[in-house]
This record gives sequence, structure tokens and C-alpha cells, in this order.
Amino acid sequence: MRPLATHPLFSRIAAPVGLGLFVLLAWQLFCKQRGIPVYLFPAPSDIALKLAGSWPELFGALLSTLAVTCEAFVLAIVLGTMTAFLFVQSRLIAISLYPFAVLLQVTPIVAIAPLIIILVKNTQVALTICATVIAIFPIISNTTIGLSTVDPGLLAYFRMNKASRLQTLIRLRIPCALPYFLAGLRISSGLALIGAVVAEFVAGTGGPGAGLAYDILQSGMQLDIPRMFAALVLIALTGILLFVSMAGLSQLLLGHWHESSMGHEK
Amino acid sequence: MMTAASQPSPRAAAEAIPAASPCRPVAPRAPLDLPVVDILSAEKIFPDGTRGLAPIDLSIRRGEFVSLIGPSGCGKSTLLKLVANLFEPSDGRIVWWQGNFSRVGEAGRRLAFVFQDPTLMPWARVRTNVRLPLDLAGTDRAEADRRVDAALVQVGLDRKGRHFPGQLSGGMRMRVSIARAMVTEPDLLLMDEPFGALDEFTRNKLDDDLIRLSWEKKLTTVFVTHSLYEAVFLSTRIVVMAANPGRIFGQLELDEPLPRGDDFRNSDRFAALCRELSAMLHAASLESRGDR
Repeated sequence: MRPLATHPLFSRIAAPVGLGLFVLLAWQLFCKQRGIPVYLFPAPSDIALKLAGSWPELFGALLSTLAVTCEAFVLAIVLGTMTAFLFVQSRLIAISLYPFAVLLQVTPIVAIAPLIIILVKNTQVALTICATVIAIFPIISNTTIGLSTVDPGLLAYFRMNKASRLQTLIRLRIPCALPYFLAGLRISSGLALIGAVVAEFVAGTGGPGAGLAYDILQSGMQLDIPRMFAALVLIALTGILLFVSMAGLSQLLLGHWHESSMGHEK
Repeated sequence: MMTAASQPSPRAAAEAIPAASPCRPVAPRAPLDLPVVDILSAEKIFPDGTRGLAPIDLSIRRGEFVSLIGPSGCGKSTLLKLVANLFEPSDGRIVWWQGNFSRVGEAGRRLAFVFQDPTLMPWARVRTNVRLPLDLAGTDRAEADRRVDAALVQVGLDRKGRHFPGQLSGGMRMRVSIARAMVTEPDLLLMDEPFGALDEFTRNKLDDDLIRLSWEKKLTTVFVTHSLYEAVFLSTRIVVMAANPGRIFGQLELDEPLPRGDDFRNSDRFAALCRELSAMLHAASLESRGDR
């Protein structure tokens, strides 16, 4: 049993937490000593108080943003994977569709969002579409690469054993594509959140279903800076949660065989 | 001992072995004499015009362990792939089981191929990897499990079934690959430098196991190798090939009884056979250069 302080897990957690606490403390002391007004730059304590005080509204907004993010993420997974399967089935389909997938990717979402919001009547649906558009590309491109990156030796073995197209797809191509697909998920989950927030900014609609972005806009106009920070904290936490769950999923599915998740032996 | 130089008829070669040689022609193996593969003037010219194989005649009988050895570019892998029916000869014919052939996975005669790389699925446990050919052929699950168990015992990996390939050493991975071939109960086993990437100690160990297996299971094996020691240790017949174009240079029959072990490996006979094969290989490589 090693002493706690040198345990690798301890240092992995303790080091970043320690740094974070130090920065928060410095921030707190800086704001309070200099007497910086709350409407310019709030101290962490002000933000925490605001977060606790406006919790019901903020939590409602968080749920709404989270809903858009998750819907878009699921939609991106389903549509993106289907597109990738189409791509590898036929070269013609791949050649004809790929430029449009790129077009979708390179056009800034902020530029398309107003159009989508005008065209689609239901705001919630419009927001989901915006977020999907931005989240789908990594899934398409990664899954396509994964499905076509197959160990040539294994492919030859499957051919020799007269494996059908379906058998090769299920037993060989899909497992080979899994690490690429999961890497795509990791990027895409973050993009879905970004897409949801950007779309909410552009839509700028309030009301009962308003998300965190609207909350930030509104607080900015009212110079309620601590609330802006509080909303930001919630968005950041959501992003971290998404990232960690995707990393956990990767670990679960690839941990026992893929180099990226096996961990390094000392 | 060298038989007729550049293009011997295989049967003639088997019969015309000089009597003074340390490795006498094998007494006719009556029940094993059935030809498994007849290569009849098979030739391979690649699309770019290079002549991979000059017309080759070779017959492989049941129960034989035939090694193909020769300088690089002599077409030994090409010949093996022709036998595996991985591609067609440009000219000539290959007859399996005297015309009674169906491919891997179908009922009847089965071929199994072991590559230099173990080509295992890294995401699947050893058991699943070994069962793959049976799963692809749609074999009944209980029967498949029974055969997987037997194959794992044969290669000494019965306690590693739940492991992943990444957790095994190179030698063990190769054993999994061999078990995957054995599970189909092949009538003809084709191996393309299977132990080429392993260290000598592991290679000897696997050679020991392979020779025991092929004796127990009465396998017919065609084995491509770069190692003359391995060829002498394993084979009942060694086919020495020369390059430019790829052709059979000579053959060596070994009548050392099976199964063989360290006794044979350490014997003077073994050393003498290795010397003889080495001389043949030297002559073959000289001839390969001369044609350039």
C-alpha cells in the first residue's frame, strides 16, 4: 500500500482539484479586496449565491437546453450512422453525398440558424435541427472511416470462409468501426450542446421553454452578471457531464481490447 | 540429394531418389497415398506481366507434410495461394481430391489457411475467435462449442478461452490461429510462414506441437517457411524452389518417423539433413540469380 499522496489516482484527482480551488480562492480574494462591483466582475461567492437563489428558473432552463442537446445528439447518431452505412455500401452514393455533408459542416451554424428558425414553425424543433446539423458531421465521417478501415488479413479470412456481406458487416466491419464511432460520439456530444446554445441565442425566444442561452442573453441585458456566470457554470457542467459519459461508454465498450482505452502498463 | 533439377515431375521425383542418400525414399504409405492436391502444369503470370510461377507439377498425398522453401521471389506463397484456391492459375490446372472439392465451410472437404499474422479479432475472446469459421458456416452451437473446446485443448490453450488476444503473447496468439484452423477439422491445412515472426524458442515449441498435432490428426499440410531447420524438423517432404521464374528446383524426402521431438532435433541425422538442404538452397539461389 502506497502512501496516499503518491497514489496515482489521488494525484490525478487532487492535482486539478487543488489547482481549481486555488484559482477560485485567488479570484474571490481579488474581487473582495479590490472591491470590484458585482455588475462588473462577480466573485465566486456571488455566483454561488445567485445559483442557489435562482435555482428553480436556472434548473428549468438547464433542462430545456439539455432536452434540445439530447434530442439533437440522438438524431445525429441515428442519421449520421445511417448515412455512414450508406456511404460504405456504394461508392456512387458516397461520391454524390459527401460534398453535401461537407457543405453542411463548413457553413457556420450561426449563419444557417436564422433561416431554419424562420422556416420551421415550432421553435423547439428548429433548435433541435440546428443542433443536429452541427453534431452530425463527426459521426458521419468517423463512422465512415471506421467501416472502411478493416484489417485486410481478417477481411481475407472472411472471404476465404465465404462469409456473406451481412456476416462481414456484423462480425467484422461494425466492431472495427466501433473505436472510430465512439471517438465521433465524444466530439459530437460536445457539438450538440454548442449547437443547442447557439440556436437558442439566435432564436432568442423566451417563455416557459427558454434555455440557458436565453437566460444569459436576458441577464446580460439586465446587467445581472452573476446570473450570467451561473448559467455559464451550468452549461460548462453539462458539457463535462456529456464528455465524461462518452468517455465512460468508450471505456466500457473498448476497455478490454482497444489500445486507446487499455491504459498504459508500467 | 537433389532430384531432377529445374522442373521435375513430382511423382518421378518421389521415385527417383538416389539410394545413397541419408534420407531414403519413404516406404510407400499405402493407406495415405491418395492424392489430395494435383498441381498440373500450373502457371501464374501476374497482370503486370511478371512470371510468378513457371508451369509447375506437384502432387501432394494424404498425410504428407510438405514444406515449400526457397529464396525470396521463388513463388512459394503464390503456389500456396493457388493450392488454397485464393486465385486461379493463368494456365494449367489444380485438382483437389481428384476433382471432388468444395470450399471451406461447405460440407465435404475442407481447407484451412493459417497466415503469418494470427489475424485474430482483437475485440473477441479467444473462444469466439476460434469459433469464427464455425459461426460463419452456421454450425450448430453445441457442436461448435464441443469442437472449440477440443481445439483449445489441442493447442494447450484450454485455460485461456476467456482471454482477449491482446492479453496473450505472440506465440499464444499463433496457437489461437492454429486452433481456429483445427476447429474446422480440415482435410488440408495450408500455412504461410506461420511462425516467421516468433523467436526461435517459441518457434521450436510450436513446431513440436504442430508435428504432434499433424501426426495425431493425420493432417495433410503444406507449409511455407524460411527456416531450413524448421523445414527439416517438420516435413515428410521438402520442395526447394528457385526464382526467376518461380519453379521447383528439387525435392527432399525425409523418412524420419513421426512424431519427432528433441531427440531428432539434436541428432546427427538432423544436422546432416540440414546440411544437405542448405546445399540445395545454395544451389537454388545461385540458379535464381543466374536467370536474371
